[in-house]
Amino acid sequence: MSIALDTRRGRLGESAARPDGVPKVRGQFAFSGDMFAESMLWGHMVRSPHPAATIRGIDVSQALAIPGVRAVITSDDVPGRKTYGLDYPDQPVFAWDVVRFMGEPVAAVAADHPETARRAAAAIVVDYVPTEPLTDPEIAADAPPIHPLGNVLHRQRVRAGDADATGAVVVEGRYETGMQDQAQMGTEAGLAIPGEDGGVDLYIATQWLHVDQEQMAACLALPLDKVRLHLAGVGGSFGAREDLSMQVQICLLALRTGRPVKMVYSREESFLGHVHRHPAIMWYRHHANLDGRLVKVEARIILDGGAYLSSSTAVVMNAACMAPGPYRVPNAVVEAFAVRTNHPPCGAMRGFGLVQACFAHEAQMDKLAAALGMDPIELRLRNAFRTGDSLITGQVLKGTAPVTEVIRTCASPPLPPGGPATTAELELPGGVSRASDRDRVRRGVGFAVGMKNLMYGGGFDDYSTARCRLEDGVATITCAAVEVGQGFVTLAQQIAREVLGVSEVVLAPAGTMGIGSAGSSSASRQTWMSGGAVQAACLAVRDRLLTSVSNRLAVARETLEIVDGRVVSPDGAVELAINEAASGEVLEETREFHHAPTVELDADGQGDAFVSFAFAAHRAVVDVDLDLGLVRVVEITTSQDVGRVLNPVQLVGQLEGGIAQGVGLAVMEAIVLDHGHVRNPSFTDYVIPTALDMPPVHIAALIEEPEPGSPMGAKGAGEPPMISSVAAVVAAIRDATGLELPRAPVRPQDIALAVPGARPDPKPSPTNTEVSP
Amino acid sequence: MGELIDYRLRVNGRERDVAGAWPGESLLYVLRERLDLPGSKNACEQGECGSCSVLMDGKLVCACLVLAASAVGAEIVTVEGLSAGDDDLTDIQAALLAEGGVQCGFCTPGFVVSVHDLLEHNPDPTELEVREAVSGNLCRCTGYGRILAAVRAVQETRQG
Repeated sequence: MSIALDTRRGRLGESAARPDGVPKVRGQFAFSGDMFAESMLWGHMVRSPHPAATIRGIDVSQALAIPGVRAVITSDDVPGRKTYGLDYPDQPVFAWDVVRFMGEPVAAVAADHPETARRAAAAIVVDYVPTEPLTDPEIAADAPPIHPLGNVLHRQRVRAGDADATGAVVVEGRYETGMQDQAQMGTEAGLAIPGEDGGVDLYIATQWLHVDQEQMAACLALPLDKVRLHLAGVGGSFGAREDLSMQVQICLLALRTGRPVKMVYSREESFLGHVHRHPAIMWYRHHANLDGRLVKVEARIILDGGAYLSSSTAVVMNAACMAPGPYRVPNAVVEAFAVRTNHPPCGAMRGFGLVQACFAHEAQMDKLAAALGMDPIELRLRNAFRTGDSLITGQVLKGTAPVTEVIRTCASPPLPPGGPATTAELELPGGVSRASDRDRVRRGVGFAVGMKNLMYGGGFDDYSTARCRLEDGVATITCAAVEVGQGFVTLAQQIAREVLGVSEVVLAPAGTMGIGSAGSSSASRQTWMSGGAVQAACLAVRDRLLTSVSNRLAVARETLEIVDGRVVSPDGAVELAINEAASGEVLEETREFHHAPTVELDADGQGDAFVSFAFAAHRAVVDVDLDLGLVRVVEITTSQDVGRVLNPVQLVGQLEGGIAQGVGLAVMEAIVLDHGHVRNPSFTDYVIPTALDMPPVHIAALIEEPEPGSPMGAKGAGEPPMISSVAAVVAAIRDATGLELPRAPVRPQDIALAVPGARPDPKPSPTNTEVSP
Repeated sequence: MGELIDYRLRVNGRERDVAGAWPGESLLYVLRERLDLPGSKNACEQGECGSCSVLMDGKLVCACLVLAASAVGAEIVTVEGLSAGDDDLTDIQAALLAEGGVQCGFCTPGFVVSVHDLLEHNPDPTELEVREAVSGNLCRCTGYGRILAAVRAVQETRQG
């Protein structure tokens, strides 16, 4: 499978080439950190070193005295609302009286050299009085409030069926997941240029231009049309760019100095300066009949939201509503809530709310299978969702739900040959630095299934807008959908070619001017939503084109179609190239695409809150060094419910990339917090999988059952790969070690230093006779 | 910032003057901000991610860890200097596109340089050798699968 490099070709279903590919491989693609303007200054943020403190005063005089420093700003310089937030503005642009997390911005500097800006930032004297940070999410709800809005960010209860129902077999557990960082390769960066009209132009990497614009305008006290956002190249996102980072601060610096201001976060600042995945503590109790059918699921899920709200509401909703996973559960008692602590704010990251829940519900399914003496795959199949089943929220699955197929196809391929006894030295856990005995390495296999809601829900209309303009046989698409690397730009061209039969499709730059919102590049939604808007705009242009030909040539409109780039009638009477068919006319149409309406959940968590769901399964094979606690993931097999494949190569990229982030959370990635202090804000100390850590991914099946309501039949594919891969890898480590391992990531000490009693049944040492050569 | 200095670097076969620079500037900063060569990316500034990979006298280095003023006299090649001309792609660049090895693209220039270096020194590496060689280049989008496929494709084409 490979891509034809001609960027003028490729319709739906084909591996079309990325329009931004050539500049990206040549190093010529302009990321937000590559922006430049004449006479630009460099901005730098001053951040709190304390997770909790009161501020008695800020002395900027020494910073201002440094030659080359052009401005220092604090909360006093924010002309409008001094707070912002995606759901509710509870987060200060600059902390003014209280600091609530380590890394919270307190001031910002602009200077004519980045080093001068750094030194000026260090010269600002903030008079902090450190206070005891609130760091335990289990007590946060009842602790003295650390914010005027209290410590409970959002709470969702879900009650289904009979709360007192019981099953013959009951298993329970307490599970935890760590705080994962998106670790997108491009750190936050932007360039703000003051306008002559008193407004500002901001070139920024973000995920949703129009929602940034709204929040910024309120803080800058400017009308919307004076806050003009232009999408700069985005070096990955994964949720990190959903919230504002530097947007307000660099615009203020630019407006204050009257000069362009560029700011680029260091990696350390990036770790401190964007939201993370919520750590979770989850208690689960599953009841089942002896035949394995689930009777009831009880769950209590605490999510550590950190200092501010961000998108905690949606994270709580996902975790609560899909707490049992993709299984039929007649009775449920679930409570999920996010609490405020003095940890870094947590918000969206790929698979939000469900990566956490899946880790727990899949561990529970394995426990239940063991208690029943049943094959864990069989147990999952027995309970797997089908179309027509209901979530615990009462919402009936009306779309496709090929969970059974996903499980079957993922579980059936043969396991990889070989084993620790014959594996090459470099491929054993720990690689070249391995120091332990090969005989103490065990292989394990784990399996997990997960689900993800697509698009926003809970009554929110996250529509998208697109424009198509057809002129001289060239289609120009305007849409504010953010390309974060996922390949929406490729898909937009494929759609236009498919509908209009043109080969040349130009993508206008994405920005807030002259086009409505496209919604966020998150929640696996742009293929469906902005793809739907582009398709609708192209179809409207196509209709006008064919109507125009029909009128001009007096041919029945319904006989005309576009085939191979030409307008034709079946009798051959009409055969025109697209530009001839338009006959000099410029056709332009703008369309909004809205998904089916959803509703807010009621107090018992009942209601049709979601639009659609996608499902995936993962099987992991691992080798574990029992003495060193090191894990090598040997192979991942996956099947995914994708609705329809629109671009095979890009789809594979989403699956492999999501799995890599799942492997990361399973065995290595977590922000280390010590009394509210972030201890590992660097790629030296927060490690993400390298090419040596990442196993081959075997895609067993892409299940193509076109989804009703999806404009092209496709389901968003970005998040499911991240959800059950974490659970599968940890299940495989449990299989290899016999340990309970209730926490992700699994650390070496969780294995190597496990108390002997917690190791009930280590796998026997493999012998050479068991291993095929 | 104290004394500013002038020096001359040799980059992609051309002599480039650097004037009035703070001596603490890294090679990465000077390439990006003074010499208009932003292809080398900054993702960690501590030699962990490989996004700023360049060749210095034929050796693969992280430009963020090299003091620019100490690179005087060295032959520096950046991603911008690998392909022959503006319409030209190296076989490695073309394969990264053809195999789907590019998503956000931030790590891509670093991979282009490090794969170039690998295949210069080891024209027919095993898959494990490839993984080891590019393990100093972090990618967060692809999971490396398509990047490794691209390296394989280049190897196969070069072997004929």
